[in-house]
Amino acid sequence: MERFTVHTGLVAPLDRANVDTDAIIPKQFLKSIKRSGYGPNCFDEWRYLDVGQPGADNSKRPLNSQFILNEPRYAGASVLLARQNFGCGSSREHAPWALLQNGYRAIIAPSYGDIFHSNSLNNGLLVIRLPEAQVDQLFHDCAAFPGFQLVIDLELQQVRATDARYAFDFEIAAGKRERMLNGWDDIGLTLKHSAEIAAFESKHLAAQPWLA
Amino acid sequence: MTGRTLYDKLFDAHVVRTESDGASLLYIDRHLVHEVTSPQAFEGLKLAGRQPWRKSSMVAMPDHNTPTTPGFTVITDAVSRTQVETLDSNAAEHGLTYFRIGDMRRGIVHVVGPEQGATLPGMTVVCGDSHTSTHGAFAALAFGIGTSEVEHVMATQCLPQKKSKSMLVRCDGRLATGVTAKDLVLAIIGKIGTAGGTGYAIEFGGDAVRALSMEGRMSMCNMAIEAGARAGMVAYDAVTEAYVQGRPFSPRAEQWDAATKHWRTLVSDVDAKFDHTVVINASELIPQITWGTSPEMVVDVNGRVPDPDREKDSTKREGIARALAYMGLTPNTPMNEIKIDKVFIGSCTNSRIEDLRAAADVVKGRRRADNVKLAMVVPGSGLVKAQAEREGLDKIFTAAGFEWREPGCSMCLAMNDDRLEPGERCASTSNRNFEGRQGAGGRTHLVSPAMAAAAGIAGHFVDVRRLG
Ligand code: SF4
Repeated sequence: MERFTVHTGLVAPLDRANVDTDAIIPKQFLKSIKRSGYGPNCFDEWRYLDVGQPGADNSKRPLNSQFILNEPRYAGASVLLARQNFGCGSSREHAPWALLQNGYRAIIAPSYGDIFHSNSLNNGLLVIRLPEAQVDQLFHDCAAFPGFQLVIDLELQQVRATDARYAFDFEIAAGKRERMLNGWDDIGLTLKHSAEIAAFESKHLAAQPWLA
Repeated sequence: MTGRTLYDKLFDAHVVRTESDGASLLYIDRHLVHEVTSPQAFEGLKLAGRQPWRKSSMVAMPDHNTPTTPGFTVITDAVSRTQVETLDSNAAEHGLTYFRIGDMRRGIVHVVGPEQGATLPGMTVVCGDSHTSTHGAFAALAFGIGTSEVEHVMATQCLPQKKSKSMLVRCDGRLATGVTAKDLVLAIIGKIGTAGGTGYAIEFGGDAVRALSMEGRMSMCNMAIEAGARAGMVAYDAVTEAYVQGRPFSPRAEQWDAATKHWRTLVSDVDAKFDHTVVINASELIPQITWGTSPEMVVDVNGRVPDPDREKDSTKREGIARALAYMGLTPNTPMNEIKIDKVFIGSCTNSRIEDLRAAADVVKGRRRADNVKLAMVVPGSGLVKAQAEREGLDKIFTAAGFEWREPGCSMCLAMNDDRLEPGERCASTSNRNFEGRQGAGGRTHLVSPAMAAAAGIAGHFVDVRRLG
C-alpha cells in the first residue's frame, strides 16, 4: 500500500448517516476482476442521473447537479467528511478502492461499518473516528469556508485546521498506524511468524483432526 | 476466575500470537470463497509468488452472478461469465473443493457451507462476504472479510484481529405461531439500530433462540451484520448436534465422539460477563416489515409509515424524510395498505428448506394477486431445491403463479438478471433494503418468507396470521 504520513487536502462533506457500501459502489461494478478503474463510479447512483454500467464512458454521462460532491467547489477533494456508520453493509473492498481511486486519502466520521473500516486501513485509506461534536464543527467550517482544507497527520494522530485554529487528536491501533506510516505489506509481516503458525496448526489439527 | 463467554472460548482457542498493541494473529479453520471477492486475491497471491497455505481449508463456489433461469447452462452476461470462469480456473489451478455450475451441491455459500458440514462448531470461518456471520449459528466464530484479507488468509491461514467487545441479546419467552426468527432479528435491529452492534460480537440467547431450528438461528446470525456486528453466534446444543451429524464434511465414528465432547463446551459459562446485554420479550412480537432504506427502519405489520414531523432529532428527521421520498411512501399510511409489484423469496437469510415450506404453506391453494408482476422463489442451493421438489413445494408455488428458479443470490443484490425496475416495490426475504440494492430505484421491504408469500397472494402487505 501507499505510505501515509501527513496529508493536506481539500475537504468535501457528505452529510448523511448510514452511507452503505452499496451506495459507495453499486454491485454491477463488482463484476470486474481488476483492482482498478472504480473511481468514476464512486457514489454512482447519486453522482449521475442515469444508471451506470461497467465499461461505459463515464465522462459522457449526465451528472446529478443536486449531489453535493458534484459541486465545483469540492472538485479535487481528498478528505471526505461523513456521518455515523459510514461504510456499513457489504464487505466489498471495492468501496475503499473506489474512494481511493476517486482521490480520497482520508475519511472523517463519528463511526464506521467494521469491515469497511479494516478494508480501508488495509488499502491505505485513513479512516478517522472523531467525536460527533468535532465532526459537526468540521461540517460547519466546510460549509462556511470555500476551499476549506485540513491537515491529516498520522504521525501525530491529529486532524488540524490549516491555520492551526484547532487540532483534534484521534486514535488508531498502533500496529495499523505503523503499517500505514511505512506502507508495509501485511501478508509479509504475518509470514515472518510462519514457524509459529505452523506449530500452532499442527497442534490444533492434531487435537481436532476433523478440522484438517 | 470469572466464566468465559462463547466468544471468548472461540477467539482464545485460535490465537497464534498476540502483539504488543493487543492485536492477535487468529488461526482460520475454514475459508469459503465465491467469485466476486476472490479474483483480486488470487491475482495478488500469484503476483507475490505465493501459494495457499492450507488448500483443504478452502471451499469455493460461484453464487452472486449466476443466473436463476430454470435449466440454464451458460451465463450470457460476458462480464459475469468472466468472473465465474476466473473462479473456475483458480479453483482448478489450486485443486480446491469446488462446486461448479451444474453441480447439485452449488448454491449460496452461506447455505452450502452448513449444508455440507463444511461449517462445524468451534471453527473460525471467514469468507469475503459480510453475511459470513450466518455460520455463527453453529457456535462458530464466523465473520466477513475484505479482499485483502481473503488474500491474507489464503497466504497465511491467519488474520490479525483485535478482540471485539461482547454483547448478549437475550430473547425471553417464545415466538407466537406465524412469527419467525426473521421477525425476531428485525425487531432486534429496530431496537439497537444498525450501528448498535458495531465493535461487538453478538451472542443470541434465551429461550426463544433455544427453541429455534438451525435454519432460524442462521437467519438471525445472518443479520447480525445488519446490526453492525461482524459476528453473531448461538451456543451449541442438541439442535446443533442433530443438524451437523452425518453431513459430508462432518466427523464420523470415534472422531464424532471426540468432536461432540469438545463441542458441548461451546456455550457461555453461567457466570460469564458480557460488555452489554439487551433483553427482548419474544412472546410479545408480531410480524415485522421494514419501511425505509436501512434494516433498522422497521415496524410491526399493523403499524404505520412513520411521520418525520414527529421526530425531534434533525438528522433523524432528514433521514426519515429522505427514506420516504426514495420509498415513495406517505407518512402515516398503514403498512398493510401498501401494494407491492414483486415478491422475492430467497437469499442467504431465508432460502433454506424450512423457509420454503413456510412460504408454500401460505400460498397453497391460492393465487398470486393480479397486481403482482413477478413472484420468484430461489432456493439457496441445488440440494435445497431437490428436497423441495421431493416434497412437492415447487408444484405448490407454480400452481400459485410463483416462479421456481435455480439456486443463487439472485435478486438479493441483483448482480444477475433478476432485479427491480426503478420505482418497483418488493416484498423480499433478503437482508438489505438499501437504496438500489435490488436494482437502481427499486424499493425493498424486508419480511419473513411467510409474510412475503402472503403479500404475493394479497397484493399488499398483510399479517400472514390474518390471511385465514
Ligand atoms: S444472498 Fe445476498 S446477502 Fe447472501 S451472500 Fe448472496 S448477495 Fe450476499
